[in-house]
Amino acid sequence: MAILGAINPMLSLGLDGDKAWRLADYVKRGGYSALRRILEEKQPQGSVINEVKKSVLRGRGGAGFPTGLKWSFMPRSFPGDKYVVCNSDEGEPGTFKDRDILRYNPHSVIEGMAIAAYAMGAACGYNYIHGEVWEIYERFEEALDEARAAGFLGSDLLGSGFNFELFAHHGYGAYICGEETALLESIEGKKGQPRFKPPFPASFGLYGKPTTINNTETFASIPYIINLGGETYLEAGKANNGGTKLFSISGHVERPGNYEIPLGTPFATLLEMAGGMRGGRQLKACIPGGSSAPVVPAEAMMACTMDYDSISKAGSMLGSGAVIVMDETTCMVRALERLSFFYYEESCGQCTPCREGTGWLYQVVHRIENGQGRADDLELLACVTTNIMGRTICALGDAASMPVQSFIKHFHDEFAYHIEHKKCLVPVDVQRAGSGFFTARV
Amino acid sequence: MEIEIDGKIAQVPDGSTIMDAAQQLGAYIPHFCYHKKLSIAANCRMCLVQVEKAPKPLPACATPVTNGMKVFTHSELAIKAQKGVMEFLLINHPLDCPICDQGGECQLQDLAVGYGGSSSRFQEGKRVVFHKDVGPLISMQEMARCIHCTRCVRFGQEIAGVMELGMANRTMHAEIMTFVGRSIDSELSGNMIDLCPVGALTSKPFRYSARSWELSRRKSVSPHDSVGANLTVQIKNNVVMRVLPRENEDVNECWISDKDRFSYEALNSPARLTRPMIRVDGALREVAWNVALDYVTHALKDITGGKGGESLAALASPHATLEELHLLQKLTRGLGSGSVDFRLRRRDFSTDGKRVGTPWLGRRFSEIKDLDAALVIGSFLRKDHPLFAQRLRQLGKQWGKVSLLSLGGDDPLINLHAQVAVSPAELPLALAAVVKAAAQLKNEPPPAGFEAVEPCASSQAIARSLLDGEQSAIFLGNAAEQHPQAGQLHALAAELAKLTGATCGFIGEAANSVGGYVAKALPGALNAYEMFAQPRQAYVLLGVEPELDCHNPQQALAALKAAALVVMLTPFSDGGAVDYADVLLPITPFTETSGTLVNAEGRVQSFNGVVRPLGDARPGWKVLRVLGNLLALPGFEQDSSEQVRDEVIAAGEGFVSGLDNGVSAGPWSPSAAPAGLQRVADVPIYAADLLVRRAAALQKTHDAAAPSARMSAATMAKLAVSDGAPVRVRQGEGEALLPARADETVPPGCVRVAAAHLSTAALGDMFGAINVERA
Repeated sequence: MAILGAINPMLSLGLDGDKAWRLADYVKRGGYSALRRILEEKQPQGSVINEVKKSVLRGRGGAGFPTGLKWSFMPRSFPGDKYVVCNSDEGEPGTFKDRDILRYNPHSVIEGMAIAAYAMGAACGYNYIHGEVWEIYERFEEALDEARAAGFLGSDLLGSGFNFELFAHHGYGAYICGEETALLESIEGKKGQPRFKPPFPASFGLYGKPTTINNTETFASIPYIINLGGETYLEAGKANNGGTKLFSISGHVERPGNYEIPLGTPFATLLEMAGGMRGGRQLKACIPGGSSAPVVPAEAMMACTMDYDSISKAGSMLGSGAVIVMDETTCMVRALERLSFFYYEESCGQCTPCREGTGWLYQVVHRIENGQGRADDLELLACVTTNIMGRTICALGDAASMPVQSFIKHFHDEFAYHIEHKKCLVPVDVQRAGSGFFTARV
Repeated sequence: MEIEIDGKIAQVPDGSTIMDAAQQLGAYIPHFCYHKKLSIAANCRMCLVQVEKAPKPLPACATPVTNGMKVFTHSELAIKAQKGVMEFLLINHPLDCPICDQGGECQLQDLAVGYGGSSSRFQEGKRVVFHKDVGPLISMQEMARCIHCTRCVRFGQEIAGVMELGMANRTMHAEIMTFVGRSIDSELSGNMIDLCPVGALTSKPFRYSARSWELSRRKSVSPHDSVGANLTVQIKNNVVMRVLPRENEDVNECWISDKDRFSYEALNSPARLTRPMIRVDGALREVAWNVALDYVTHALKDITGGKGGESLAALASPHATLEELHLLQKLTRGLGSGSVDFRLRRRDFSTDGKRVGTPWLGRRFSEIKDLDAALVIGSFLRKDHPLFAQRLRQLGKQWGKVSLLSLGGDDPLINLHAQVAVSPAELPLALAAVVKAAAQLKNEPPPAGFEAVEPCASSQAIARSLLDGEQSAIFLGNAAEQHPQAGQLHALAAELAKLTGATCGFIGEAANSVGGYVAKALPGALNAYEMFAQPRQAYVLLGVEPELDCHNPQQALAALKAAALVVMLTPFSDGGAVDYADVLLPITPFTETSGTLVNAEGRVQSFNGVVRPLGDARPGWKVLRVLGNLLALPGFEQDSSEQVRDEVIAAGEGFVSGLDNGVSAGPWSPSAAPAGLQRVADVPIYAADLLVRRAAALQKTHDAAAPSARMSAATMAKLAVSDGAPVRVRQGEGEALLPARADETVPPGCVRVAAAHLSTAALGDMFGAINVERA
């Protein structure tokens, strides 16, 4: 993938594919000036956090929690070790933005983490990078070496007396390690399984020490917030949804890829940037925030603007900004089967409802798709999903349930047809045409 | 903090969970993964309850109580959540309750009655989980039953100190297993069977032999180590079918060691002696009780009458009951002999007559958790004292600084503050170094004779931890009691205790090591070592296998073979008895007799027989009483074991009196280490007493493997032997052919050759000089 387009970009401004990721290029773009200014002016920690609060930067990893607020939970006066951790374990199906940030603009993450560490009094950070994007892990290590050599990492940063060391850590590709506490376990060398909360990482995190975990894009946005000022950053987006955001568009569009747009941009504009629907077909549905977000039918989606509040009003989540576009050739049962299979495969197996429930969901959806559906299956799926939701240690159980619930809610007829007629409402040849792998035309 | 659960109000301390509060109120919240002794996992989700103002049901085991919290355990929301979880637990659980060993005592079965549906909505194929072979004690044959509560995993990590089981894989394919192909070797492993809420981990020896509802439960006390673990013995048709822990927070908490649990197999062993036997024409023949007793009476009278009382020696096992020990010493003294002892593996008796009181642990077991520092001297801690080691392990995990002064040996799996491993000859010197370090830290002049001692950094760390702790303790282990300078070690430990304000005590070799002192089964004449060093005409042996139980088996065997009369009171007919016994009197093991054991902390634990004696076997105390009558000795009129006990300990006493580890000893001076190799002898855990030696499953464990000559690679190089090569090990006249094993935990200049095994029974002293050469 690549970053294919932007409106009023920040993160992707001045990037030139693989040619401009190095430290010198970043500095040329104004990089490390925010960190330098903070350190030189010895800005109080509180004012840095305040600036982030003012920007209303909301966590880019999926939950959309206000970053400034999260930072303020860290016990700044805590005397021992504290950690900042970057979550680059981008495993959500449909999401592929963090790898591009790390590939084309790694220093923005390093600078952002250094500023965060300064603001929270941490001396050590980890960037946990998804295990299946090895070349990006290698590039980030290279960027770290550059930053260390230039004095942006290590002890006594730029002569300020502030120490910050940052390490890259690569996982092995488990989706669950993107859950923040499972990620911490994984860094500690244990099996990646979420911890029960409370206690939250801000009080008991990595190695039992106060820890703040943010998404890659969140950290990458920090230097821009400091440079522009929180209010200007907020204004770049819309009220309560500060700044620009990278959207990963995949599915039935002409130009799938990453696009940076201000929050609040209409979905229609984004779709247009991505070249519109493939083959000029009709939009059927869209998953606006990664595979765990509820699906939104075409009409409601076209009325949305791309920001946390608008999508939420449409009954879904902006999530990580992974927009999965589905056109009329899509069989929704089959789409759900694939999603359910993913969650079944990725459940960590720790707690009962998710371990047993995700498998059950997949097996039932799989059966329906393969003409073995039973009359009471939809009711069963509804019941199983409610039994999973809100009963698990982490959000994976919810993530597995929401697609099932929303697919059945919005496309009940298709499921009912499948069960009754043992075949797709969307004819197979139509599906094949839409897939793009077959030459047949509709 | 105040919390309301189902309308009832409880006051709980800060940091309590809803589960704690519910238990305080007596409200039951269904659960599987929660266990009071293990960390909170919150993974089964069965304990979901409704909490006012919380949008979702919350797990009671993991949710901290906040002031004024209102909890509903049986509201619609809570019940719906619990039923939902139960449905998930059951979808992949096999419907094999009718043939499942856990049936009738299964938490899942019990709770499924309350929360499960009568039929399943799950119509798909159930998960299949492959079985695993993890050794002779635990069966993991039906792992499809596992509900992934991870209690067994957490037990390993937190209680046993070693993570032998883990949950591999993700999703519904997650399964509990050992690291590829490994077995479960922890000496506490059996507790995982109890912890498993379903029939996934079951007891291999017990499997398919009885249903839980057929079993009667009887209280008993373990006759093995010095903890005196409380047991529930389960019987069917007058046969002991299995042994489970009986919870006693002050003694064994809710755990028992594997030897407490699985040694019952010996009770039903074919080697049990069921009728008296007398040697006639060189072979042992079964006879009636009256014939045997008559024979013994006359033989004892003849020998003591003709050759004097001192021609008789009596030895008792420290695993014998207080009553047996008491009557044996009374009988021996009645026959005019002062040679009676129970300290079979002791070498140095120099503190006899110099002790202030009865040696004991120095503090209660329940007080170990309050210690700030502890020093254990000369112990193969985990194998000698599994449950005691477990308490120290918990201490080490908290604030306690646990240190070891050892002869090497297995990893104690304790977070140690400091460890010094030395050869047996250097052990007093190493302890003296700690004493001197303590004196130096207190700016006191070291005791006389310590001029040449140089404390190392570890000794100083140990001394400092004992001094700094508000509560410190020094424990002398089995090796320190069996040591050739045991008296010196005792005196040095007492000196260290005095300097540091610590308590000093003995962990105790066996279930009745304190009881033996209380019963005064102590020599007025020859002690346990001298009895064989200076052979006697007649021996009475109570539950003793001298070739395995004594400090110097070589000497013991020679003396017994030369003796005119060897009377053995024993539950078993096999072993060395066949060679040298003249009379075998069948006595009953602990399950078939009433009796009393006094554990290391001086706790008096009386128990009743749980089954009728096997065959013609009779309780030891009854046999000794009748012998006393037949010999016309005074003081043998007791009608019950209680009467015998009351002669020794005042009725109703919970703890024996007179416990005191004080000793008056002369000044210490270092002795030169002997030239050449020294033997380090441990008593392997499953060779320690006559029950475990005959417990079939325990004998198949790695811990029961035949002894080898273990030494460091440097020692091996010096002897020019390689790992696994056979070596000839010689002590005095006797020798043994053993494989050499590289073991870096063995101190330099030492060879570790286990005692208490037939293959090493020809050897001599446990800690003497030893000669090793290539075979």
